[in-house]
Amino acid sequence: MLQTPTRTVQPLVSLAGVGVRRQGRWLVRGVEFSIAPGEIVTLIGPNGSGKSTSAKAAIGVLKPDEGRVERKAGLKVGYVPQKLAVDWTMPLTVDRLMTLTSPLKGVEIDAALEATGIRHLARAEVQHLSGGEFQRALLARAIARKPDLLVLDEPVQGVDFSGEIALYDLIKTIRNTTGCGILLISHDLHVVMAETDTVICLNGHVCCRGTPETVSQSPEYLRLFGARAGQTLAFYNHNHDHTHLPDGRVQHADGSITDDCRPDDGHHVEILPTGGKAGPMRIVHTHGPNCGCGHDHTPRPSNGKGERRDA
Amino acid sequence: MLDDFFMRALVAGVGLALTAGPLGCFVVWRRMAYFGDTMAHSALLGVALSLLLDFNLLLSVFIVAATVSLLLLLLQKRGTLSTDALLGILSHATLAIGLVMVSFMTWVRIDLVGFLFGDILAVSRADVDLVWGGGILVTFAIVWMWRPLIASTVNPELAEAEGMEPEKTRLAFMLLMALVIAIAMKIVGILLITSLLIIPAATARRFSTSPEIMAVLASVIGALAVIGGLFGSLKFDTPSGPSIVVAALGLFILSLLTKPRTGGVDSATASQGGQA
Repeated sequence: MLQTPTRTVQPLVSLAGVGVRRQGRWLVRGVEFSIAPGEIVTLIGPNGSGKSTSAKAAIGVLKPDEGRVERKAGLKVGYVPQKLAVDWTMPLTVDRLMTLTSPLKGVEIDAALEATGIRHLARAEVQHLSGGEFQRALLARAIARKPDLLVLDEPVQGVDFSGEIALYDLIKTIRNTTGCGILLISHDLHVVMAETDTVICLNGHVCCRGTPETVSQSPEYLRLFGARAGQTLAFYNHNHDHTHLPDGRVQHADGSITDDCRPDDGHHVEILPTGGKAGPMRIVHTHGPNCGCGHDHTPRPSNGKGERRDA
Repeated sequence: MLDDFFMRALVAGVGLALTAGPLGCFVVWRRMAYFGDTMAHSALLGVALSLLLDFNLLLSVFIVAATVSLLLLLLQKRGTLSTDALLGILSHATLAIGLVMVSFMTWVRIDLVGFLFGDILAVSRADVDLVWGGGILVTFAIVWMWRPLIASTVNPELAEAEGMEPEKTRLAFMLLMALVIAIAMKIVGILLITSLLIIPAATARRFSTSPEIMAVLASVIGALAVIGGLFGSLKFDTPSGPSIVVAALGLFILSLLTKPRTGGVDSATASQGGQA
């Protein structure tokens, strides 16, 4: 299994303490992660937890209100947005969709359509595609331009289970053949793509992070998903030290409650925060390799050890 | 040949229609019909200001239409009222202010009907040059920024993620629209400009398999509407601007009646549509 790439490789994109605020409300704060070439990072979290917002901040569609986003100079992004509706008034075939943002050679288009298995739909209008076919077309478009970084916002939405496995297999192949970095947003809280190097669970902030456990190691899941799925899907064990209450407040491991998720809010505080209306608070904790506090523990020990309490 | 007033009208009208085709497609794709209407209505305020300040008419209309579109962008970002309501306010407010201002200026004799409904039969040689000069400029600009325009119409975030600047594209598009409205005012009139943008584009949709084909078809259909409308107005002695719009509408209805000839492509997509 691929380990988190070493620090000597310049990351394609790295986020440090990124927060995005809209209409006086923080959509997400304290987001920290980076994606190296060949790395797959999966963002998971409930609806409205800031997954798409974080991904958009990473690729520069949203300007962060705090923190830093650094992108490799000349970074070529391939993006599959979560929602894309082509107005029916625009005649747009799959073929034409491919060259939406950059001109491509005919062979490049064919190769991408072939890889996603929709070559027979090349001349179909995108409005007539089914959900799964359209997702494949969007993915084909994103990979056809040979990006350094592929950003896929819920790429398996509207796709049935076997289609989902096939799409994940395809994403794996893309990573293995092109060596691009992949930022994946998953609609599922517990099941992620097995090839994922880092899972980041968001809920207004980074709740926890870690590596997935392959389904094939867990007999119940293997029975549930089948052997083929076992190679593609993986189970992610959450490792939270706090709970998000229904009213939006956060209850921490020691029972204290704070108003919102400030980047250093309660959760793994080392230094007293200087601002914030909820007032500073301090929780002492020990750092682990995957403790998810957003702090950088270089040199990083190998993944998947130590911190998993419920394993 | 441009000595004849009817010939001048024909050449100017066709020039405008060719320019309006691609632009009108974007108005349809981006669902900006009402937006175009608002910009067009504000042209009357431009006319009034031009008379009041003794300023170039075309420039004045262009500046006012561009300002109104920028104002709308600003108000949209504020997000207090829906775009719909904002458009309604701006559209009729600018038209009303223009009318009130004109009525105050008792010292100028102004052909209000000419501005509202156009006076294509009165276009001068200079007007013809202006329509074609401006039209070529607008068309070049659209061709030049075609890919970003299409991409940001499909999805601005996708365009931005992949290195384009959809905000700038949108701004440029609005300026082009202001320019076309300023040019078109004399030919079809303030109240009917949007129809020359939308109706040919809507007609072209049924026969198009790509955005590019639709843009070219919209130009051709618009030109046919101008020719048909002008000859109709000559024959039946009807006002020229409205006649052009009626001709465009006729073509649109005709397109609804005719089943598009299905080639290999169309039948493939049609059968898929049946399944979906």
